[in-house]
Formats: sequence, structure tokens, C-alpha cells
Amino acid sequence: MAVCIAVIAKENYPLYIRSVPTENELKFHYTVHTSLDVVDEKISAMGKALVDQRELYLGLLYPTEDYKVYGYVTNSKVKFVMVVDSSNTALRDNEIRSMFRKLHNSYTDIMCNPFYNPGDRIQSRAFDTMVNSMMMQVC
Amino acid sequence: MSLPYPPCAGDQNLFTSLYPTLSQQLPREPMEWRRSYGRAPKMIHLESNFVQFKEELLPKEGNKALLTFPFLHIYWTECCDTEVYKTAVKDDITKWQNVLKAHSSVDWLIVVVESDAKKKNKTNILPRTSIVDKIRNDFCNKQSDRCVVLSDPLKDSSRSQESWNAFLTKLRTLLLMSFTKNLGKFEDDMRTLREKRTEPGWSFCEYFMVQEELAFVFEMLQQFEDALVQYDELDALFSQYVVNFGAGGKFNMFCSKSWAVLCVLRVNSSKRFCCLILSVHLQVSVPPGALDCWVFLSCLEVLQRIEGCCDRAQIDANVSHTVGLWSYATEKLKSLGYLCGLVSEKGPNSEDLNRTVDLLAGLGAERPETANASQSPYKKLKEALSSVEAFEKHYLDLSHATIEMYTNIGRIRSAKLVGKDLAEFYMRKKGPQKAEVYLQGALKTYLAEGWALLVTHTRKQLAECQKQLGQIENYLQTSSLLAGDNHLTEEERKRFCREILDFTNQQAENQGQKVLLPMHSFAQLKTLHFDPPNAVVHVGGKLSIELTLLSQMPIPVQVDQVAIHVHFSIEKNSYRKTAEWLTKHKTSNGVITFPSEIAGLPLSRNNLPALELSEMYERSPSDNSLNTAGIICKNAHMLLRRQESSSSLDVPSGLTLEDGAHVLKCSNLTLEPGDNKITFNIQAKEPGTYTLRQLCTSVGKVQFVLLHIYPIVQYDVYSQEPQLKVEPMTESLLAGIPQKVKFTVTTGHYTMKSGDTLQLSNADAMPILYHPESKAVIYSNTREKISESSLRIQSSEKITSISLPVAPAYHVIEFELEVMYLPSATESAVEKENITNKENHRKNKEKQKQDNCMATVDQKVTIDCPWSIYSTIIALTFCIPFNAKHSLLSAGKRKYVQVCVQNLSELCFQLSDYSLKNSAECTDLQLVPLNPADQQVVFSKQSIFFVWELKWTKELPLSLQCLFSVSFCPATSEEQSFTLKPFTYEFQVENFFTLYHVKTEIFPPLDAEYCKTGSLCSLEVSITRLVELSEVDRDEALTESDGYCTTKLMYEVVDNSSNWAVCGKSSGVISMPVAPRAIHKVHMEVMPLFAGYLPFPDVRLFKYLPHHSAHSMQLDADSWIENDNLSVDKNVDEQADSSSIRSRGSLHSTASGEHKGLPMPRLQPFSPGQVFNSSTGMQILVIPSKDDHVLEVNVT
Repeated sequence: MAVCIAVIAKENYPLYIRSVPTENELKFHYTVHTSLDVVDEKISAMGKALVDQRELYLGLLYPTEDYKVYGYVTNSKVKFVMVVDSSNTALRDNEIRSMFRKLHNSYTDIMCNPFYNPGDRIQSRAFDTMVNSMMMQVC
Repeated sequence: MSLPYPPCAGDQNLFTSLYPTLSQQLPREPMEWRRSYGRAPKMIHLESNFVQFKEELLPKEGNKALLTFPFLHIYWTECCDTEVYKTAVKDDITKWQNVLKAHSSVDWLIVVVESDAKKKNKTNILPRTSIVDKIRNDFCNKQSDRCVVLSDPLKDSSRSQESWNAFLTKLRTLLLMSFTKNLGKFEDDMRTLREKRTEPGWSFCEYFMVQEELAFVFEMLQQFEDALVQYDELDALFSQYVVNFGAGGKFNMFCSKSWAVLCVLRVNSSKRFCCLILSVHLQVSVPPGALDCWVFLSCLEVLQRIEGCCDRAQIDANVSHTVGLWSYATEKLKSLGYLCGLVSEKGPNSEDLNRTVDLLAGLGAERPETANASQSPYKKLKEALSSVEAFEKHYLDLSHATIEMYTNIGRIRSAKLVGKDLAEFYMRKKGPQKAEVYLQGALKTYLAEGWALLVTHTRKQLAECQKQLGQIENYLQTSSLLAGDNHLTEEERKRFCREILDFTNQQAENQGQKVLLPMHSFAQLKTLHFDPPNAVVHVGGKLSIELTLLSQMPIPVQVDQVAIHVHFSIEKNSYRKTAEWLTKHKTSNGVITFPSEIAGLPLSRNNLPALELSEMYERSPSDNSLNTAGIICKNAHMLLRRQESSSSLDVPSGLTLEDGAHVLKCSNLTLEPGDNKITFNIQAKEPGTYTLRQLCTSVGKVQFVLLHIYPIVQYDVYSQEPQLKVEPMTESLLAGIPQKVKFTVTTGHYTMKSGDTLQLSNADAMPILYHPESKAVIYSNTREKISESSLRIQSSEKITSISLPVAPAYHVIEFELEVMYLPSATESAVEKENITNKENHRKNKEKQKQDNCMATVDQKVTIDCPWSIYSTIIALTFCIPFNAKHSLLSAGKRKYVQVCVQNLSELCFQLSDYSLKNSAECTDLQLVPLNPADQQVVFSKQSIFFVWELKWTKELPLSLQCLFSVSFCPATSEEQSFTLKPFTYEFQVENFFTLYHVKTEIFPPLDAEYCKTGSLCSLEVSITRLVELSEVDRDEALTESDGYCTTKLMYEVVDNSSNWAVCGKSSGVISMPVAPRAIHKVHMEVMPLFAGYLPFPDVRLFKYLPHHSAHSMQLDADSWIENDNLSVDKNVDEQADSSSIRSRGSLHSTASGEHKGLPMPRLQPFSPGQVFNSSTGMQILVIPSKDDHVLEVNVT
């Protein structure tokens, strides 16, 4: 499904980044990093809206030749970025949304862990497993 | 939401007049838009452009256009006349309704506008409801809500406002209802159409148009997300379509492109378009490069079209949408360039050229519409591929344009990425100096945001670039960073590490300049360990510092030298350097841990020190109650300081080594990967504080420098003067018993040699007791016991000399000696010397006040120390454990001396051998002890009394000098190997012979047996002279003419307990013959006030000195004070006798008011013992009077 999933801190450094074809890791890092431009843009455009009405899902951030990059931002301005293969037509907007929701839930679980310092890199097996499940379902 | 066409029929003039209000009011309030398929409801604002009703506007059957669909038909009428209604309006409405029915439009509304103005003009008006009712009746069967009334819409009244609001709400509801219905129908139709896609003859084109319209409608409704969903679906469907129809290539590409162009221009959302294009060519397999060419051309064409049809401002506003295309085109051109060998240094080879020719041929001929234009994407591509130079020009143009656009819209990260591509291009073209800027820029961004992998990658490129540029320092630094970067493979890290080592070797031969690099990439300082742990050492002492250095290098590195640059400062009078500090402050373990730098976190996070918080309580100074409690941040100055934007890790220019004389060095080491322990041994020299400032690791000519060691690490070197301290072992020293005193010799910088002695000058009062088994213990300055040796003490008459054991410098010698202070007779004499006869009374009074605290005596000892030519004088304070008081007791003529010894200390003492001696050597005077046993124990804080009777044979001396002495020893100690000096107390008693005998008697009234309350009794005071004129009262005696001697006395009867009421004169002056057995009797009346055994009232006797007495001229302050006190006492005591008060008051006033030279009589008390009152303590029975008794009962 997803080929790369990243969790990015409010300050824009990666808390978690994982991609499936590991040989392309660097490329995905670049892609995710560049996508932050659009995320920032969207967040600042969204900033005027009321907090409770805010849509967390940012939609498609930008397309590249081979991938689509989707964004999601939590209320605490932690960003989730997901890179999906363009050829994967099975992934519709709704599926992406639900994947982000799953990701958000799992992230919330991490934050609830008293031994986790907000802002530290995420090293959680549960989160890994969840991310894996989202990446492994190869269509 | 803007619905374009709600057509309006009926009275057009009326509508026109209302239109401005209507169009203004309608969008004012939002409506909730409920939607099918469980989509979330949304709040939208409705907005309408009302148009005039025309039959042509109604959609024909089968027309799916949603944009032009008339959602709600409105008929406006102002009719209020039944006649008019019947004749005209009804027909008109019917006609309108028929037309609607014909087009199966079911959404309509009739508005009846009413105004009072109109009604007045007509006479035959019906009630206004009737028209509405009629209309409802005629047209709206079952749908009464299809007809609304709007009253006085143009007036500004509350009624009209209300009616407007009702109307608008209805209008909004109906509009939205109609819209939702139609939209649902449209969507359903669209889905039906989509389901037919497998049927032959289905046109994607047609379907595209339908769904696109839907998307457009959503966009008009400001529901962009929904619009995008439509495009998304379209995109997916298209991809599927392409897959299904396969690579047959029957697909008309150009067609899709033109849609897309349309899409861009209309939807204003070119990224959608871009997405479409991208998906278009995904599945089509073409020769390499052809696709790139096509994409490049497409992008440029689209951009050109946009430029052609939009004005500058519009383009600028939409840069964020078009910049993606620019970037895409740039990327494609770049890959074409690489493909065709246009980027290499040498230029394209023949194979590359062949490929170029193929590609250009594949492009086909330029389309005719642009063929004649001077510039076209086609021409551009062709030109770009034609030569290396042209390619460079076009590529640079595109890149710069893209970067600029990205930068302008704030997409810095994207701009940096394009910049990095550009840098790569420059590197290929051997232009590293141009590449560096872009690489540095990108690196800075990545570092700032903490993207480790990107940092590593960019650094790798930068390293190559710097190598080519010959920036040795920068290259080495980047290499060191890379060598320590665990994102790289082991091989790569080793390669970079070797780069550095190779350089250092090569430099060693050249003797070039030293290269300074920051330490953090090479190694990290983890911990620092001091031994001794408190990091305080004396001059000449040894201190070791152990560093733990985490080497980041992948291979062992031979290090020439590790040096710590130390800053030295002399802090005079610093407590930190004293031995006390050293012994009192023991730090936990002497380990300082340095915060580790977590690689990869952004700078801002990394640089911030951790919060140091501590609790804070503020108490009020007056009553110590809590005023405020809070938390303070101790290092706020660190956290709140301005973040220096230029503090980049990659700028090595700021590195400078401090030049200082103090450098700790450690040479020839090998730093293994991982933790390394390096030990520095320091021989402390100058006293002062040493602060570790910089750490420098030298590898050949390369020095890795840690500029600031933080947190601050210091060690102290102190120098200490030799010192002698003598302290009692107990809280206080008591005089008279042997007690231990601790001698502490702090050697400081002095080394104790054999033969060094302490010479104590002996004092008689304080001998030093010597035990041969006493030992001296030597401690190190850190209180570790080193050794023990016996103490040799030699005592001569004047000097006690203590041989100190041999001890090195900065050690402590401790030993204990017993001392005893003997309170000698001379000592107590000194204490008493000021006591003159007159002051005896007062002294005693003062003594009583000090009863609870012991008298202290300071005993000074002069000690000569071997390290100094000056003597040390040490004062020891001893407390005298006893306090003695004496008093004289009389019984008639017999005299007794009582001595009270009070034990003030905490110890119990055994008293023995008590004696009282008359120091005046009077043989005829005998002191007969009346004390019970030989030995008595006096407990802590208790007193013991001793009594002696005075017996004499001849004439008595005027005064008696007595010396009391008692031996004492602690009651607990078993054996007494030494003799203790007894405690002595010297005192004097004088004028103690009884001169007068006073006897008081009270007689009941003559007829009564007992005294009764309330009845007068007679009081008889008889004063008897016992001796002849003696030495004592010679002065006061007055010689009469007949040879008799008399003396004047004043008596007074005082009852302090108010038992008696003295009636008549209670005091008086009598003349007393100075002869033995001369008696004077005084009678007075007293009345008992209570029943029971009542003590007799006091009778006091004073000397009454006449004014011409010689004595009166020697008035001193003391006697005056005594008199004063007396008279004041009398005033207070006696209230019954007013006359006496008056007389004494006048006496007093004259005494104080007149000059001293004026003659006046005065009073002087007798010495204790001179007057013996035999009635003291006597009581008399007083029975209550009966009446009183009854009265008392009655009252109760």
C-alpha cells in the first residue's frame, strides 16, 4: 500500500520515517522533506479556520512522477506524510483518510506512554507493526 | 454557494424593486446542507443571481447541464384586488405553471407582496389574506408552503423585517432542497453513465465532461475538497481505462491533453492537471527519453497557454500551482540532458548523439500553429538538445526560474532540492565553486530541521565539492563528520577517516600550518572523573583527571597528543581552598557527565540546555510564614538568550586555541572506536582555581578542538599555613576536675621533622596531666587515618614540651591531653576585691541574679610551635561549677553563719572536708560546726547548706573575715589518683552583734479571752537595748547633758498581708538610752481583719540620724537609694495610717527637694543581726465575731 510513512515533529524534524524499498530510502526522505513545503502552506492557509472545525487530513500534497504524497496534521502540529505508489489505483481518498486515522491513533498511543518524551524519535514496536501492516498490504 | 439561475416570473417591476435587498440578504445566514450517502453536513451560504423567467431557459429533456439548471422558479405578484386577481393574475400564474409542468419542473414558489399603501387606494379591498388563500386554493394543493407573503418589504419596520426573515428562510430552504434534489439526480445519472463504461461506444470524453461539471459545481459552492474528489475519481477511472484498453496506443493523447488544458484554465488547479498528465503516460511504453520529451513539451505548452490567457497578476497569484510544472519540466530536461550526454565534461559521444537524433526525430514535425512563432516549446527542446552550451543555457534558465518561483512562494525546501540538482549538474560540469553554494544552502536547511539522512547525503556531495575546490580545512571537517556518521556504511566511513589520516601524514612532512577542526565530529567528551573526587588538592599534591572520550571514528586513530587547556586564576581568601572546605565538602563521586550530542536532532533542539528547576519559598521576615512558593529556573539566562543564527556547526573559522601556560598533556595514544579513557596526572603547583577550558586532540597537523568544556569543570589547588587548634572535648570545661582537651595540628605546608615539639608554658592554675599511654594520630587532609604513634611529653618547672610525631606536609596530627584548672584562693580574692563593706549587700544581690549561669575564667596558654617564631596564645574557658552564698543567722545574742553551696554544673559532686575559718586569728572566737556528715553529695543544679555557730568569750570584733573551703570530686569517678584543690569562698560579716531586742505582743480587749475580728486589740512593742555603747553606734549616740547617752530610733509597724488594720500612729521616733536592759515600750491599737491564726505585723527598726550628725555630711548615693527605696516601700505598704504617710511624704520631699548642705534627719537601716526580733513568725488566734458570721451567711 503505502511505500513510505513519516511522522514529522512540529519543528519539522523526522520523528519516524520508514519506506519499503530500502534502496530508495534517500529519495523518499527528499520527497517527504520537500512535501513539508506544501504541508506548511496548507497549514497556514488553514490557520484561520476555527480549531474544532479544522480538517486534519490535508489531502494530496503533490504528485510526483511515480508517487502521490498525502499529508495529515494533528492538532499539535505533528505531521504525517504518506507516499503512495501512483499506479496503486485501489487507494482512494477514503482509504488514505482511514490509514491516516489509524496512524494518528497509534501515534496517540505512543504519546500516552509515560516513558515517551514528546519530541523524541519514535521507537515503538507497536507503531512499527502498525506501519508495517500499512505498507505490506501490497496490492 | 452561488446558484446561477433561479428564474423569476410575474411582476417584473416589483421584483426589480426588491432585488437589491434580496440579493444582499440571502447569503447573510448560513444553511446546513444535508447530503446523501452519509457525507458530513456542511454549513453553506447561499447566493443567487436571479434572472427573468424565459421559457427558453428551461432545460430540454435529456439535458444534463447542472450549471445552467434553473433550480427554483419564483412568481412575484403584488395583487391585492380580487377582481384583478381573477381577471389577470390567476391566468398568468396558470400559464406559468403549465410551462413548468411541461418541463417537469416541480420547484416553484409564489410570492405575494403586500403593502399598506396600495390597500388604501383601493376601496373594494378584501382582507389581505384572501388573495393568498385564493392562490393557495387554486395552485398549491397540499403544498401550502409554496406560497409566501411578504409584507411591506420596502418599509423599515419590525413587521416588514419579520416578514423578510420568514421569507428568506423559506427561500433558502427551498433553494437548497431543489439544489440537493437536482444534484442527487445528476450524480445518479453520472453513476449510471459510469457503469456503462464496459459497453462498446462509451466515450470517456463524454463521461469526463459530466463528472468535470460536477466538480465545477462543487468548486462554485466553495467545496473544493469535493471537487478534488471528483477529479481524483476521474483520474482513477482514466488510469483504469488506459489499462483496459492496453498499450494499443489507440488512445488519443492529444485529446486528453486539451481537456487537461481546459481543466487548468477553468479549474485553476493545475496540480490536478499535472496529476492527470502524469498518469497519462504511466502505462505507455516508449523508447527512453521520448516520454521525457513529451512531458517536457506538454509542461511548457501548458505553461505557455496559461501565460497566453492570463494576465501577469493572475499568473503570479497561481504560481504555487504552476511551479510544479516548471519543476517537472526542469527535471525532465535534466534527465534528457544526462541521457544525451550533454552534462558530461567531455560532451556527448557518438552513441549519445545517435540517441539525440532519434529523439528529435521522434518528436515529429512541429505543429503548424506554432511553427512560425519565434519561440515554442518544440523549438526550445530541439535547441536544448542540439548542443552542450545550449542545453546548459536552457537548463540553467529553467532551474533558476524554478528556484526563484519556489523561493518567492516560500517553498524553501523545494527550492533547495532543485538547487541540489543544479549543484549536481555543476559538479558534472566541473564547476565545484558554483555547486558549493547550493550544497551549503541545502545542507543548512537539512541541518536546521534535523534530517540526518539528507544531511549525510548532502555532506557527501559537499565533501567531493570541497575536495575539488581544495578547501582543505572544510574538506577535512566534512570528512570527519562523515567518518563519524553512522548513516554511512562502514566502508564509506573508513574511507573518509583515511582521507583525514592521509592528510595528517602528508602534512607532517610538509610542516604546513596546523589545521583546527571542531572536536564533536571526531570524538565526544562523555565524562570526566577527578581523583580525589572533590577536585581539591594541596600544593604539591597529586590530582588525576580521567576523561572518557567517545571516538566517532570507525578505525583506531593514533593521536599524538591530547591536551586540556586550563585557565588559572588566583582567588584570594577563597573558602574553597581551605582545609575546612576540603574536609567538610565531599562531592559524591567526582564524576562530571557531559550532555551527549544527539546527532540528527535539529540545532535548535540540540543547543538548548535542559531546564534546571528548583523549588523556591519566600517567607515573611517577621513571622516566618510562607509568602510565596514557586519554581525558579536556575539557568534562565541560558535558555532565554538570543539564538545565534550564525552558530552553524560547519563554520570552522571561529576556532582558536587559547594560549595559556597551563596545559595538561597526554601523549601518544591510540583512540579506539568507542569509549576511550585518558588519564592526566597533575602535580599541583600554584594555589588557585584551575578551570578546564578547551580540549585539543592533535593528530599530525590536524587538531580537533573542543572550544568550550561545558558544564564548567574546575579543580582547586590550595596552600595552607600550619595551624594549631586546641578544643575541649566536652561542651564546656569545668574548673577543678581533669578534662580532656584535643590538640589538632594541621601541618599545612610544613613537614614535621623528628624533634619538633610544642612548648607549652606552664601555668600554676592549670597543670597539664600526662598519661604515658596517650597517642597521637596522623590523618591525611582528607581525613584518612595514616598512622598512630605514642606521644612523648616532658615537663619541666616552667615548660611542658610535647614531641610531635614525624608527619608529612598537609596532614593532621591529633592528640588529647588532660588539663585541670584549679580555682585558687587568689583567684576568688581577685573576684572579691571590689567588695567593700558598704557594697556587700548589693554584691550579694547581683550574685543572686547570676545564679543560673556559671562564672567563667579564661586561662591562657602560650604555645611555641616549631613552624613559627611567634608564640600562639590559646585561651581555654573554664566554668566554675559552684556558687557560694553566706548569711548570718541570729537567735537572741547567739550567732550562726550559714554557707550555701550551689552546684551549677551538670555533674554530681561529692563534697568533703568542709571548713570555715576565721582568718583574723581571733583566739577567743570559736566556730562550731553544726553539720551532719563528713561527706555529702550535691546533685546537679542543687544546693547544700553548711552552718557554724559563732562563739566568743571576750569582746567581739567589729567584723569577721571568714574563709570557707570544701573539697570536691566528681561523685561518679571511682579512683582519685590526684588531689584536687578545694573550692574556697571568702567572705566577711560585720556589725553582727545584737544591739536591740524587739518583742511584740498583742492583747485581746480586756473583757475578752481572744481577739475577735473587727474589735480593737492592743499591740505592745518593747525594744530592749542589750549592750552598752559600743564601737558600732558610737557615731549615732547623742550625749545628753546629764551624762546619759541616747540614740534615736524609728520604729514602724507594717502589715504587708493586710491582716491587721493599724489604728493611730504606726510609726514614730523614740529616744533610746544607750545602756544595757534599757527598755522602751510602744503601744498602739490594731484591729484584726480576718479570723484564724494571724501572723503578727512586722515591726521594723531604723536608726534615726539627726541632721547635725557628722554622718549626715557623708551622704553618698547608696544610702540615699536605700532610703528612697524604704520610703517608697512605706508609701505603698501603708494606706491605713494617713498621717504617717503625710509626715513621711514631707520628709521625703524635703530630703530630695532641698540641697544636700541643709540639715535634715535621715534613716539608716541596721545591719542584719543587729536587731533581733523575737516575735518573728508568731501568730495569734483571732476568732470571728458572731455578727459577721451571721451576716456572711445571709449574704451567701
